[in-house]
Amino acid sequence: MSALRNELRRELRRESALLHIDWTACDGRGLCTELLPELLQRDEWGYPLSLGYGSNVPVPRALMDAAQDAVALCPRQALRMLGR
Amino acid sequence: MNEALWALGRGTGVVALALLSLSVVLGIVHRSGRPLPGLPRFSVTLVHRDVSLLGAVFTLIHVIALFFDPQAQLNLVDFILPFLGTANPFWLGLGTVASDVLVALILTGLLRRSVGFRVFRFVHWFAYAMWPIALLHSFGDGTDSAAAWFNVVAVLCVAAVASAVIWRLTTGFVEFKKLRTGELP
Repeated sequence: MSALRNELRRELRRESALLHIDWTACDGRGLCTELLPELLQRDEWGYPLSLGYGSNVPVPRALMDAAQDAVALCPRQALRMLGR
Repeated sequence: MNEALWALGRGTGVVALALLSLSVVLGIVHRSGRPLPGLPRFSVTLVHRDVSLLGAVFTLIHVIALFFDPQAQLNLVDFILPFLGTANPFWLGLGTVASDVLVALILTGLLRRSVGFRVFRFVHWFAYAMWPIALLHSFGDGTDSAAAWFNVVAVLCVAAVASAVIWRLTTGFVEFKKLRTGELP
């Protein structure tokens, strides 16, 4: 089960870009969770949370525009796309 | 034509004051991390940006119209260096200071990601200095500052910015603040 999950995760990484969250800069202002509701939830203190991922969240192609908006609008400049 | 430039300069000045006041209020709402009714957080940010840019455009028209107006007696140096003006050098100079700060705010705002968060935030704090300076300029230098309609506009601007600033100083200002600083359940 976990092997399958890891395989799926690797597949997703290959197919998509990575959204990097800099936790030292993040202040949980909530703009990214509004722009990427499919990808990011808010934890109980308001910080973004991507279930199953930590600081690098794979972004499917369909959500790339929204992810780039989130990067541009993050008030703490805590988001960036990682180059492939 | 001269009357038209004079009227344009006065009108755009008042509109710029109102827009920049709204911009300060929206900036404070943005900082709280809270949405407005019907306006999600990212929209608050974008409207804050657009209202600021519009205020800057009105400031630019204000400055250019009065430069070409003979009554205002503006020199090119008054665009950049304060307190060197011919007519009302002090009150005019406050306008120059405010517009200089506005240029710095706009540039570091638009180039936010290039200049980095620390520089952006340092410069952006000066918005709180720019707004009262611009307000004083409009009272001291404004032809219409004694007019009732102008005072209604000014009182609305002051009330809006003052209540936003007072809200900003309260402890529950930032969303999740109480949860974040409170005891763990």
